[in-house]
Amino acid sequence: MSIDAVGITRAEVCAVACAELWRDAGEIIVSPFGSVPALGARLARLTFAPEIVLTDGEAGLMANTPPLSASRDAMVLEAPMPYRRVFDVVWSGRRHVMMMASQIDRYGNQNLSCIGDWARPKAQLIGVRGAPGNTVNHPTSYWVPSHSTRSFVERVDMVCGVGYDRASAVGAAASRFHDVRAVVSDLGVFDFDTPDHRMRVRSVHPGVSLDEVAEATGFDLVVPDEVATSRLPTPEELDLMRNVLDPAGLRERELS
Amino acid sequence: MTDKRASLEDVVAELRDGMTIGFGGWGSRRKPMAAVRAILRTELRDLTVVSYGGPDVGLLCAAGRVRKVVYGFVTLDSIALDPHFRRARQQGAIEAMEIDEGMFYLGLLAASQRVPFLPTRAGLGSDVMTVNPELRTVRSPYDDGEELVAMPALELDAAFVHANRADTHGNAQMLGPDPFFDDLFLGAARRRYVTAERVVEPGKLLEEGPMQSIAVTRLLTDAVAETPMGAHFTSCDPDYGRDEAFQTAYAKAGADVEGGAWAAFAARHLDGSEQDYLASVADAGTAQGSSPS
Repeated sequence: MSIDAVGITRAEVCAVACAELWRDAGEIIVSPFGSVPALGARLARLTFAPEIVLTDGEAGLMANTPPLSASRDAMVLEAPMPYRRVFDVVWSGRRHVMMMASQIDRYGNQNLSCIGDWARPKAQLIGVRGAPGNTVNHPTSYWVPSHSTRSFVERVDMVCGVGYDRASAVGAAASRFHDVRAVVSDLGVFDFDTPDHRMRVRSVHPGVSLDEVAEATGFDLVVPDEVATSRLPTPEELDLMRNVLDPAGLRERELS
Repeated sequence: MTDKRASLEDVVAELRDGMTIGFGGWGSRRKPMAAVRAILRTELRDLTVVSYGGPDVGLLCAAGRVRKVVYGFVTLDSIALDPHFRRARQQGAIEAMEIDEGMFYLGLLAASQRVPFLPTRAGLGSDVMTVNPELRTVRSPYDDGEELVAMPALELDAAFVHANRADTHGNAQMLGPDPFFDDLFLGAARRRYVTAERVVEPGKLLEEGPMQSIAVTRLLTDAVAETPMGAHFTSCDPDYGRDEAFQTAYAKAGADVEGGAWAAFAARHLDGSEQDYLASVADAGTAQGSSPS
């Protein structure tokens, strides 16, 4: 089955790339922010990560794996997970969150608080949320649906999620459980598996060139000798995404 | 036994300029909005607002009542950002203490437990420590020697939470899926106020929901006010969901202060009494579900 024959979209490649981050993750809460990561998490649970635990977006854990656009009536809950208990889970480490990043730098410092000087920002965004605590307590990954020099920057305006350089400068208390795992963007997958934890190209999505990635990134990426291409969804995965988990096509609306 | 019922007008009359006031709920969920509206009808100013922020923060900022906001985020949930809070920050009109939402929880817990701080990893290495230079770290006295953030107690002069039900003694019941941190807001405060969709006789709460849903005991409550639709336009499950159409109108108007849309919204919905507010909402025809009373 060729790509053309089934018209695989970039969003579907991104969802599979997200899902891959949770392969064999075991019994942890996976908290995806954004439609594509949410689709990836559900896909992972229905295929190669059956044990992962997913919330209903409110205060419960879902026993079933309903589609993204499902009404609350379609969710079967297995246990309560109010916010206070979420913090117990965060601080226990039994969680892998995929947050969004308005800005991210080469060491994985992330910003979703504000653009410009924090004291009087040009643009106030949502706030640091749980990013500081997440990043020093359990695995954290990021989803950037629009890879550009505005989002992949030399310096973030406010460090919310803690990157490798910051964690290591603080010492053991911050770095002990620090694990910024990966960044998935609309152009590729990136990780920090380098000696000094600078961001590295793990794979580029089909049809994306390394030049394109470099041009859209505000710092120098580590590029290995052989750069992989992000894998395509299998026929089973495509069927699950299109016909079971996201028949409404929410995944396509997140990419510009 | 004390009957703690009071009117919201009497309750807010106890507040003073410059106080630090906590508001329960989370984002645009079960916010004590009737209490916020009651504050808007006073002349109170220079408030420090402590909140898992939603339109409570936005409305108080819009009315110029805020000196400082203590928050981890301010959001309307289904709409990512609150326009009034954004404007206040971008114009430099308010001070801010922006902290991790888990640090926020520990600050309330520390105040409730009357300890000066609680230790946490959250905040380490982030700019939360830079933009809040008053934050300190503390070294573990045990062999590990880890140096952690000492999250200071968030002591409140007053706190408001909104419940689905309460009784006249001040026990309060949350029938929705998440009690949030409401008991800790009350525990952290010197003056502790509960509003509820309906106030019943003591002993009658178990007719409304299971024992575990009574998240607040009367040990934590000084006064109780019955405020039907008291969380509107935020959600108050299972009594009513978020009034999305009304919230959208709020956000759109809030984004257009210069053009006069916000003044028109305020004149239509906020300038009168609570009864006038509810009548204006009924007139808008956007509310889902209904208050139980």
